[in-house]
Amino acid sequence: MEITVKTAQQLRLTEEEFELIKQKLGRTPNFTELCAFSGMWSEHCSYKNSIKWLKTLPRDGGRMLVAAGEENAGLMDMGNGFGVVFKIESHNHPSAIEPFQGAATGVGGIQRDIFTMGARPIASLNSLRFGNLNDKKTQRLLGGVVHGIGHYGNCFGVPTVGGEVYFEDCYHTNPLVNAMSVGIMKAKDMISATAAGIGNPVFFVGSATGKDGIGGASFASADITAESAEELPAVQVGDPFQEKKLLEACLEVIGTNAVVGMQDMGAAGIICSTAEMSAKGGVGMRIDLEKVPTRQQNMKAWELLLSESQERMLIVVEKGKEDAVLKVFEKWDLAASNIGEVTGDGMLRFYMHGELEAEIPAHELVLGGGAPQYTREYKEPAYFEQIKAFNADTVADVTDIKATAEALVQLPNIASKRWVYTQYDSMVGAANTSTNAPSDAAIVLAKGTGKALAVTVDCNSKYVFADPYTGGMIAVAEAARNIVCSGGEPIGVTNCLNFGNPYDPEVYYQFVKAVTGMGDACRKFNTPVTGGNVSFYNQNPDGPVYPTPTIGMVGVLDNFEDRMTLDFKSAGDVILLIGKQQNDIASSEYLHKLKKVTHSPAPHFNLDEEFNLQQFVAGVIKNRQVVSAHDISEGGLAVALLESSFNRGLGFDITIDEAGIRKDAFWFGEAQSRVVVSTTEANLASLESALNTAGISYTKLGTVTTGDIRVNGENWGTVKEWKEKYDTAIEKILQSV
Amino acid sequence: MKFGVVVFPGSNCDRDMQDALQHDLGKEVIMLWHKDEDLSMFTTEDCIVLPGGFSYGDYLRCGAIARFSPMMKSVIEFANKGGKVLGVCNGFQILCESGLLPGVLLQNANQQFICKNVYISNKAGQALKIPIAHGEGRYHADEATLDELEQNNQVIFRYCNESGDVGETGNPNGASRHIAGIRNKAGNVFGMMPHPERATSTALGNLDGKEVFSILGLLN
Repeated sequence: MEITVKTAQQLRLTEEEFELIKQKLGRTPNFTELCAFSGMWSEHCSYKNSIKWLKTLPRDGGRMLVAAGEENAGLMDMGNGFGVVFKIESHNHPSAIEPFQGAATGVGGIQRDIFTMGARPIASLNSLRFGNLNDKKTQRLLGGVVHGIGHYGNCFGVPTVGGEVYFEDCYHTNPLVNAMSVGIMKAKDMISATAAGIGNPVFFVGSATGKDGIGGASFASADITAESAEELPAVQVGDPFQEKKLLEACLEVIGTNAVVGMQDMGAAGIICSTAEMSAKGGVGMRIDLEKVPTRQQNMKAWELLLSESQERMLIVVEKGKEDAVLKVFEKWDLAASNIGEVTGDGMLRFYMHGELEAEIPAHELVLGGGAPQYTREYKEPAYFEQIKAFNADTVADVTDIKATAEALVQLPNIASKRWVYTQYDSMVGAANTSTNAPSDAAIVLAKGTGKALAVTVDCNSKYVFADPYTGGMIAVAEAARNIVCSGGEPIGVTNCLNFGNPYDPEVYYQFVKAVTGMGDACRKFNTPVTGGNVSFYNQNPDGPVYPTPTIGMVGVLDNFEDRMTLDFKSAGDVILLIGKQQNDIASSEYLHKLKKVTHSPAPHFNLDEEFNLQQFVAGVIKNRQVVSAHDISEGGLAVALLESSFNRGLGFDITIDEAGIRKDAFWFGEAQSRVVVSTTEANLASLESALNTAGISYTKLGTVTTGDIRVNGENWGTVKEWKEKYDTAIEKILQSV
Repeated sequence: MKFGVVVFPGSNCDRDMQDALQHDLGKEVIMLWHKDEDLSMFTTEDCIVLPGGFSYGDYLRCGAIARFSPMMKSVIEFANKGGKVLGVCNGFQILCESGLLPGVLLQNANQQFICKNVYISNKAGQALKIPIAHGEGRYHADEATLDELEQNNQVIFRYCNESGDVGETGNPNGASRHIAGIRNKAGNVFGMMPHPERATSTALGNLDGKEVFSILGLLN
């Protein structure tokens, strides 16, 4: 077979990249080698169009024990010698084509990133985006994705403790499925994804390799078109039972002290794990591909290299300690095969029955080595004109606050997601304290460490669309605010950057600005970015999705007693709004969904104001001056108050003069940096004094009731009635079709 | 009274059960591997627990493969000698598959996995808040078997509402006669779908699980 630039292009490499490969090898690659470059230099593996900007993010400092990008996931110091390992990753493209397996293997992949480092996963989260929920296709995708996440996560046995689901038209063809996992370990026991020690055997463990997922990494690096369904073999198939055994076996095998390095096989399968482990260790590998257990006959070398079959790991074992390793995998009834050895010359050599099939210097394949890095052009998107033209005065203020609030709590973006989350096991592990005591971030006991973790995923992509820089900052700020309102100290971030096609300068503008905003906010909150994932090409012939830089954030509670919850506690308690009310309806759900204004600026946000507010809230929580705290987000103040009512069925009685602010802005505006708290009558004076001393704006709103809701004298009925509407809104839409 | 918790490949509530029994209930716990057979360290006063999870991936049918494991042979012998056995969730499914308890667990009526707090009522009509997490938890048996269970007082828990009223509204999965848990005729083998081990700690904000263990006579 003659290898030409056409072959390269069919493998989604450009003409320039093909030339570069020839130059690096000093010859024309054969087909297997070209396939290896195709996988490794895909956007998904090489970050070639994003790395330049990712490097501007704060990637060390704080409690970080491993710098970003060094290992499969970030490792941060929890104190007491324990580390928390966490990462978020996308599985958007597979989920668009085959939602069940796409989402399931997304969950499986991110769990492997955690336990390959030696950590036991204790919490999963996910961030999902779909098109209009009234649409039949959306309902099919939602059902499939939720079923897939549940299928894999429930069986694997890690609780899904938090997440977000949004419905916007721009995600109709390109749903987003981002999965996050958080694990804990003794920090000193971390296993590196590094190969070392010439002559050490290389083991392949876990499931047999099939033809599923071949070319998955490069599939994920292209737009979704009408022909994408024909790429179905590029979608992997998952087996959570295998993964559960693999988890237990891998954690046990680490205890044998025989493991030199370990890496899971995700995107680009064997070629990626061998290349990355070798490049990092400055070594090479000789691999005999016929020793890889297969589930199909006659698999070719390139198929074996690129297969993304799930539940597989590559382990470099200390020579002489093979038996200890084999014993553990035998105990768990998992295949473990010695497929090769570490070599000293930095070359990857793949043999098939003694025949050399591919020979490539490992470092030429990887990010930071030979993989190309591009500087892309960007320009301000044309739609910004529409955003700048927005004038709130052309939108009539609300007359009926109650009716508007009723409509808002039943919008799919605001209503209870219980149809989704009851399909996930949220309680396995017996450590999710938020089941019976909800807070803005999920609080999970880190058993054995004496501490608890606060975890959250956040991104309002509408804000990022409106203003990528500010929206990127808000995503980080909201995540931090959720953790602070739960009594935690934010320590670090993982991000999943979902954007359209990077070759579109307007899309790239969104990417650059959003990353810059995130970086600025992360520096302010001292929450470095430990790693994550970039997903470009979330685009179809109708255009890109909203820029969606999902933030996964982890916080630590040194003392579980410092945990704060979001629900009102007792009738008679006083409700305050901490932060400044703004005359701002921009980018609110109210404006977008009820007033149908699709283009308006990001809501009010000031980074210093936000930081000061969070510092203050953290202080009054620690000093036990409040009994509930809930941040204001989608739906504004009215929805925040209702959400604080639901858990215990306690209502609120509020009499307030909106004082020069539009009624819709006061009740439904989404200006940032605001938190609803409640406090006992006895603590009110000390809280107000603290607010005045700190110079933080606040508004005394009213009091907690036994279950009735009254606003400025108007009877809004009972919490029970509101909760019924909130809980069943999504179910009603799904049942009505 | 001490406890043995069996670990099958795919068990995922084994550690939770161990944790609840050891730390929250102060019991001695020995973890048991499915490939082993030895139960000589237990007397019939002790209790073997089959925890929740997806034993053997729940392939074929929930619990269908686990019943053939070496350890299950010993557990069946242990039960037949009068030793106490508790199966929770997947453990309940295994007990039904192995014939230690009558009936089967079918897919939930809504065809979905369900995880949430539900209420179960003991014979005194008291409502206990206990979580469920299952896709196949709809208890089913023929009418004659169900009648026999009732006559012999073998129904230990039924789904109910917050006030303790047994009925459709509190039944999450469509179980026959709202059955959440049963025991065998001899009274030494118990199976239930809800997870009491997820409700035994103040940090989790629910202690009703302790009451479940107490009702089963396992806190002696």
